[in-house]
Amino acid sequence: MVLTMTSAGLYCEAGDFYIDPWKPVERAVITHAHGDHARWGSHAYLCSAEGEAVLRARLDPAARVQSVSWGESFQLGEARLSLHPAGHILGSAQVRVEVRGEVWVVSGDYKAEPDATCTPFEPIRCHTFITESTFGLPIYRWRPQREVFDEIAEWWRANREAGRASVIFGYALGKAQRLIAGLAGREEGPILTHGAVERLNRVYRASGVQLPATTHAAAATERADASGALVVAPPLATNSPWLNRFGAISTAFASGWMRVRGTRRRRSVDRGFALSDHVDWPALLAAIEATGAERVWVTHGYREPVVRWLRERGLEAEAIASLWEGETDEEGADDLAAEETAGP
Amino acid sequence: MKRFAKLFDELDSTTRTGEKVAAMAGYLASAPPDDAAWAVHFLSGNRPKRLVPVRRLAAWAMELSGVPSWLFEESYQSVGDLAETIALLLPPPDRSSDLSLSRWIEERLLPLSGQAEDVQREVIVQAWGELGGTERFVWNKLITGGFRVGVARSLVVRAIGRASDVDEATIAHRLMGAWEPTAAAFHALVAAETTDADISRPYPFFLAYPLEVAPTELGPLEQWVTEWKWDGIRAQVIRRAGRTYIWSRGEELVTERFPELAEAGGLLPDGTVIDGEILAWRNDRPLPFAELQRRIGRKKLGPKILGEVPVALVAYDLLELGGEDIRQHPLGDRRMELERLLGAGSRGPFRLSPTVAAEDWEDVRQARRSARAMDAEGVMLKRVDSPYGVGRRRGAWWKWKVDPFSVDAVMVYAQPGHGRRATLHTDYTFAVWSGDELVPFAKAYSGLNDAEIRELDRWIRRNTVEKFGPVRSVRPVQVFELSFEGIRRSSRHRSGVAVRFPRITRWRTDKRAEDADRLETLLGMLEGV
Repeated sequence: MVLTMTSAGLYCEAGDFYIDPWKPVERAVITHAHGDHARWGSHAYLCSAEGEAVLRARLDPAARVQSVSWGESFQLGEARLSLHPAGHILGSAQVRVEVRGEVWVVSGDYKAEPDATCTPFEPIRCHTFITESTFGLPIYRWRPQREVFDEIAEWWRANREAGRASVIFGYALGKAQRLIAGLAGREEGPILTHGAVERLNRVYRASGVQLPATTHAAAATERADASGALVVAPPLATNSPWLNRFGAISTAFASGWMRVRGTRRRRSVDRGFALSDHVDWPALLAAIEATGAERVWVTHGYREPVVRWLRERGLEAEAIASLWEGETDEEGADDLAAEETAGP
Repeated sequence: MKRFAKLFDELDSTTRTGEKVAAMAGYLASAPPDDAAWAVHFLSGNRPKRLVPVRRLAAWAMELSGVPSWLFEESYQSVGDLAETIALLLPPPDRSSDLSLSRWIEERLLPLSGQAEDVQREVIVQAWGELGGTERFVWNKLITGGFRVGVARSLVVRAIGRASDVDEATIAHRLMGAWEPTAAAFHALVAAETTDADISRPYPFFLAYPLEVAPTELGPLEQWVTEWKWDGIRAQVIRRAGRTYIWSRGEELVTERFPELAEAGGLLPDGTVIDGEILAWRNDRPLPFAELQRRIGRKKLGPKILGEVPVALVAYDLLELGGEDIRQHPLGDRRMELERLLGAGSRGPFRLSPTVAAEDWEDVRQARRSARAMDAEGVMLKRVDSPYGVGRRRGAWWKWKVDPFSVDAVMVYAQPGHGRRATLHTDYTFAVWSGDELVPFAKAYSGLNDAEIRELDRWIRRNTVEKFGPVRSVRPVQVFELSFEGIRRSSRHRSGVAVRFPRITRWRTDKRAEDADRLETLLGMLEGV
């Protein structure tokens, strides 16, 4: 086995490193900077060059972080390692590990449709593919993102005409920037941001991602400023007093879970936009097929149905327990968001 | 259909009543009258009967989407709604349709009834190819008989009023009873003047709010009529043009369900409408609601069940007298006329609902406390000068129910809910102690807020002992205060009791499982009833 699942996470014995470990380890290879994949306390971190600034922003400033370019391969012990774009958020990587000719690829979180905020996903051929399965049911099929952005722009326009601010909730890291970038050129008014979002906007811009102008909402305290504005905030800000400053608002949540009406209604927001940074069912199956893998390990999400589907098609598939969460529709995934929302 | 689906989305995406009314009024003002008629029909809570067996739909959807049945089942578990699951699983439509709502309903949906399977399949598969997103969801809901728009009747009435400039009370009345969704009916609904020929039409029911203040704040007792609050089926008995009609509050024509009332109705003078409560009744007192339920549940009313569960109409208001609508007369006058009509308090199965004798508010308070002994749910307080209004309004009529029973119970099973709650465990089974064993006695799924439900869901997932399909047994740790309205013996329940309207009133995080109540406590309540 090139990789094994241990109590600290996915481990490569040949190279003596972990991938996205959930306990502090000596050497951690990080697929991307979301809290469930990039945890504090490891001795040394390795990530993609594209994702270095984001990862540094999320870790202890003193953490030792090294990075490599896409596809650049190097030796760790007996393992040959390289990182390849996963298209999930800025710098998100798949990890390719080769030991004595046997190739394993760990997908991390990934999505197939390209967007302006990160390098698009590339399928990598391998013998064993370890994939996420956040949206691993056939009910999850994304519409082209252009259509979803049209709807968001239409909602924003209607709110501006009604004199309301449009508050959209999405993860502070990744989803927020994708939303902002996706609305470039169709702004109905200013884009205001929650501090957690603004902090990461800066990191994205510094990494070379083009985003429309945004203003940290703390600077725009006048209510008059907010009507007609788009406010981008992390899910944690839902129903928080932080929203009071915007006066009349309409709320929306951007997440793949919004495809299902029940989840949409339970969120108690006015609108749900099914926009996800993960693969949907057809893209998941296509991605697995494109790797040519004979063995597939399925982690966080709808593991059992995906495994059964793959087995019925002759693949060697197995469900692997992990502490990765993928996209949750719960609060709390944005650790950084807490500070500002809790404040006065 | 596109426009109606858009209206559905608009209603679905706001909780603000103003926006809901504006969306409906906008639709009704611009839609062709035959579409508007169907929209009113659906918005008022009517829905077509199920036209195609659900398993057929599921089979066709699996076939078209290439999804095996186990994966269909997984998907359904996750979505919690069959019509939606099918809508999401099917491949996207390859064309679109501009057919109007009424034509979709009249030409494609209703003719499905009784058709052979292959004909149904052809129509439905064709529809799936033309409808995407919300349109497809609405269509599936319509064919499975589960279509429902969560909008209060009063808002629909307000929207029709706004779209037509006819006052709301008139609209509410015109909508009562057997309203047919046709263009002509919609024209009649919104016409300034109407020649109202429907002799069966009931009046909109006037409903009471729960009392929100201390009764002493209602002013002098003399301004109020106090009655018992009965636990039966609210109904209007109509006698017009030599015919009798009985309407339930759900606006169902139930004349045939209650032959003894229909017969007695024949003795009423023409042009009479009585408002009251249908109760199972014997020896001058009500039988438990469960008895009435037993009778309602029967398809055929044989002499046996009619003998076992006779009914009475306990009358408390008179809405029409001598063919005249007297709803604007003060309650005191209407009651006097009702007493005159029913004679000395009863006329066959029609009985006058007695007023509660009270010298002061303390007496009313006492009466409320003793309501269970009267087989009542509490007391009603109605202003003696109040007209008979429309819908639920604050101020003139109040209901003051007895405090519910309550016990502390331990959660022992949990299962996911449906629809909005499909991804969470929201249906719980509770138990009390009998010796050192926990005996389940009630299920409840309401009373917790969304944050509590999510927290409990996480706890349930981490503390599952066993899974039986969707049901999980959990470690018996969590204690909840449960409230319920009634309790009776039941041989169908292992605990030997059945409770009515159980709900969670508090999550007793301060209590341990051993502190929960015992079965003896419940049995003790039986004796008090």
